[in-house]
Amino acid sequence: MSTVMNRYEMVVGLEVHVQLLTRTKAFCSCDASYGAAPNANTCPVCLALPGALPVLNEEAVRLAVRAALALGCTINETSIFARKNYFYPDLPKGYQISQFDRPLAEHGRLDIEMTSNGTPVTVRITRVHMEEDAGKSIHDRYPGATAIDLNRSGVPLIEIVSEPDMRSAREAGAYLRALKQVIEYTGVSNANMEEGSLRVDANVSARLRGQTALGTKTEVKNMNSFSGVERALEVEFARQCEVLAAGGTVHQQTMLWDANRGEVRPARSKEQSHDYRYFPEPDLPPLVFARAWIDRMRTELPELPVAKQRRFAADYKLTPAEIEVLTADSPLAVYFEEVMRSGADAKAAANWVIRDVRQLLNDGALLATLRVRPPALAQLLAMVRDGTVSHAAATRIFAIVAESGDAPVEVARREGLLQERDLDALTGWVDQVLAENPDEAARFRAGEKKLLGVLVGQVMKLSKGRADPKAVNQLLSARAAAGE
Amino acid sequence: MAIGPDDVRHIAALARLAVPESRIPELVSQLNDILSHMDALGRVDTSNVTAVAGAGDAAMPLRADLGPPIALEHPLASFAPQLRDGFFFVPRLATHEDSGDDELSE
Amino acid sequence: MADVDAGPNGLNCILWTDEARALADAAAVDALPQAGALAGIPFVAKDNIATTHLQTTCGSRILQGYVSPYEATVITRLRDAGAVLVGKTNCDEFAMGSSNENSAYGPVLNPIDRTRVPGGSSGGSAASVAAGIVRIALGSETGGSVRQPASYCGIVGVKPTYGRVSRFGLVAFASSLDQIGVFGTTVDDAALALEVIAGRDSRDATSADCPVDAYRNSRTNDLAGVVIGRPREYFPSSLDPRILRLCDEALDRLRARGATVRDVSLPHTDLAIPVYYIIAPAEASSNLARFDGVRYGLRIEAKGLREMYDSTRTLGFGPEVTRRILLGTYVLSAGYYDAYYRKAQQVRTLIAKDFRDVFDSGVHLLFTPTTPSTAFEFGAKSDPYEMYLNDIFTATANLAGVPAISVPIGDVDGLPAGGQLIARHFDEQMMFRGAYALEAERKAPA
Repeated sequence: MSTVMNRYEMVVGLEVHVQLLTRTKAFCSCDASYGAAPNANTCPVCLALPGALPVLNEEAVRLAVRAALALGCTINETSIFARKNYFYPDLPKGYQISQFDRPLAEHGRLDIEMTSNGTPVTVRITRVHMEEDAGKSIHDRYPGATAIDLNRSGVPLIEIVSEPDMRSAREAGAYLRALKQVIEYTGVSNANMEEGSLRVDANVSARLRGQTALGTKTEVKNMNSFSGVERALEVEFARQCEVLAAGGTVHQQTMLWDANRGEVRPARSKEQSHDYRYFPEPDLPPLVFARAWIDRMRTELPELPVAKQRRFAADYKLTPAEIEVLTADSPLAVYFEEVMRSGADAKAAANWVIRDVRQLLNDGALLATLRVRPPALAQLLAMVRDGTVSHAAATRIFAIVAESGDAPVEVARREGLLQERDLDALTGWVDQVLAENPDEAARFRAGEKKLLGVLVGQVMKLSKGRADPKAVNQLLSARAAAGE
Repeated sequence: MAIGPDDVRHIAALARLAVPESRIPELVSQLNDILSHMDALGRVDTSNVTAVAGAGDAAMPLRADLGPPIALEHPLASFAPQLRDGFFFVPRLATHEDSGDDELSE
Repeated sequence: MADVDAGPNGLNCILWTDEARALADAAAVDALPQAGALAGIPFVAKDNIATTHLQTTCGSRILQGYVSPYEATVITRLRDAGAVLVGKTNCDEFAMGSSNENSAYGPVLNPIDRTRVPGGSSGGSAASVAAGIVRIALGSETGGSVRQPASYCGIVGVKPTYGRVSRFGLVAFASSLDQIGVFGTTVDDAALALEVIAGRDSRDATSADCPVDAYRNSRTNDLAGVVIGRPREYFPSSLDPRILRLCDEALDRLRARGATVRDVSLPHTDLAIPVYYIIAPAEASSNLARFDGVRYGLRIEAKGLREMYDSTRTLGFGPEVTRRILLGTYVLSAGYYDAYYRKAQQVRTLIAKDFRDVFDSGVHLLFTPTTPSTAFEFGAKSDPYEMYLNDIFTATANLAGVPAISVPIGDVDGLPAGGQLIARHFDEQMMFRGAYALEAERKAPA
């Protein structure tokens, strides 16, 4: 079968819906947050009561524009809302307010770094438009009935439509991960597929390699994770290849992914081609932006992932793997750079952030409320660098700072972890060890360099770990050289 | 453009109207008569006309992102045909895709 | 406060009323230290305007028994001015009609001649004012549904500029055309009511941010310098000569006040009905999709969801509404959108331009007959398109969004006829000025 598939090329386009982080809904002032009792967050507008009218949320517009700019789109100075008409019980008006002919933004792009073969892939973004979410239908909780909750009805969304520029499931996955990262960086959404704030519909077709015309595409829905998207694409592509190889034709239809069975099956919709009867929304005049405002929004964009990664590579000389982890989310990158600004060196800061700080986060701490503030971490790293504390001691100090929020210097002093470098103290310990271990001392003086470690160890033991091993090392070596 | 009985059945289905078969001929006739008067529009030169969206000229006024929402003076139960556990109840779809039009709800 | 006629005295104009509540409201207003502009004045509202204590059925079975949990902005403004809502009036179902014969609750009778229609779709409100039950009533306009019944019932009817009055709480028929209008026994009544309800509403994104003038100040009865256009398309050779004569007499009266009359043309007038009957049903087919039995209104229980939708909507909507939903769905459907809906919106732009061009040429007001005939008998117009032609002189103003008023200008065989004045966008001031002058020359009703 895989030889059959090799003759064909997968062509993928993705439509991603992202829920915007506004306090209130798109067209009414109901609370947009998740988790309320069913239908608690409703009003005449989102219930579609007779006579109610939509009024657009300015924050939704701002977030949508920010996302579109971050995706490299051109913002249309005038855009039009439109009604997408269809019947469904959780679509209260019998139409969705969306955008059709003149969307908010067009002609963007997202570069995805394909690490396996190194060459970046550019996926063009056709458009970004605003629309409202539908409510939720619960089909399997009550026998013989479907329960409708309209809390989600009217929550603002943006739809991000890509060109069919992806050529494999992996590219699709990479696109989604990069898209999610850009969205997170802009702060417009949680963009979490498992939570439902990011939803993906995939369009996939197959064509013989070398062919330029597009094959018939099917729409694949009902994926719950990025890996689910990748698997669903593989399965549907395989199905299409089989059909084509047998001389059949692929029918344009909607396929539903069944994650449990690892299968796709056709959605049993009687009206396979929907007639949405789009027309401009008469209740909303055109959305108009001043060019100056759009330009200002562009300057207010945060540094985006790719730019940040390139800057880190140029300025900090870190490995790609390190950079990937540090820039995976914006707050961590910010934290890291604050540690640097407080005087730490890049490599050390990177190590500690990647390993120790992230361990705290894995254990449930939140970066915003972390007790180890960047200046404190920087202070600790400075102490390690100049030998004030040993590496092992630093780890202990870190743990204590994470609990207490105290200054590392304080903790080191309090816990007696400051390394001893005073020459007299060190000399005293060295003398004692040499005196207590005369054979080893003699052999060491005679040239058995490998005994250095043993002797240093003894000094460490005697000083209860407080001696600076480097200094002890130097002292012993100097003694040996001097023949003492 | 003439409408036939199948067209009427099709648009009735789109509009969720179960027009009885007995009424189809009458509707075909009435709709065709009405539409025949629309043919006059075809003779108007609109090649240079951009339709204005709506009758007004002003741009869209926006609303601040805060509450409170418009209050309901009577509770949902006062007008909902079937409310249970806070949900609006409708007859269960045969399978949840078998609705004719399912979109974001997936 | 005027006696509230709880029974419709045979006219079937008031559907829902609550006398105890109305009396209580009136008493509360009386008890207020400061009187609002309409303190204690009773009014009725068309049953497609949301009110929280009386039903809002839109003359349809699909909303039978529905009591809105919120009220329309215009109702709030009237109540804040001290007015007392005493009833909801009968209307053509979902405002679709020109005779009030399309109501699920029975037709309304014209108080002047009970064998005849009062006009529509705001027939109940018009009849209530004409019968002297109230002096002020709210109706709604989409293609002439206030001015036409005003003409048939011998009262004043106003359609404001699109966006002048909030549509929040007006059950939508055709969103780009709908406006709440007012009926008054006199021009003054209508002017006062409009002053109270007009103005920007943050709950309606199409409501205009335009200051509301004191329309009653237009009562100057002096039209020196005012140029009145007489558009030839509204005076076809087929026009009933008796109506033509009433119009000419009205124009003479306006000249006597100092106005000059000029012949003008609105060349795309004959396209108004086709344009209107594409745009309005199209928008209506979408606006009425929410009536599905899920959240409110009529629900016909069924085993499956599809059956519930179909039965509810088929039984809930009357034949005219059904016809318009089908027509509207058709003109929006795939393959037909460009030829019908898009084309109609483009031609609409030309109709609006006709008005703009005429007003830009130095004309302040247009004068036309409101309707080509007086009130017709019940059942006289059985052909749908023939019924649509009643809107022929009124629909252009809705399509262009300009303000217009109908004022009684005389009788034909004992049946009232109305003259229409049309002004530029947001120039209700001028419209009322002409209307006051037109009315002043005739005996005001008792």
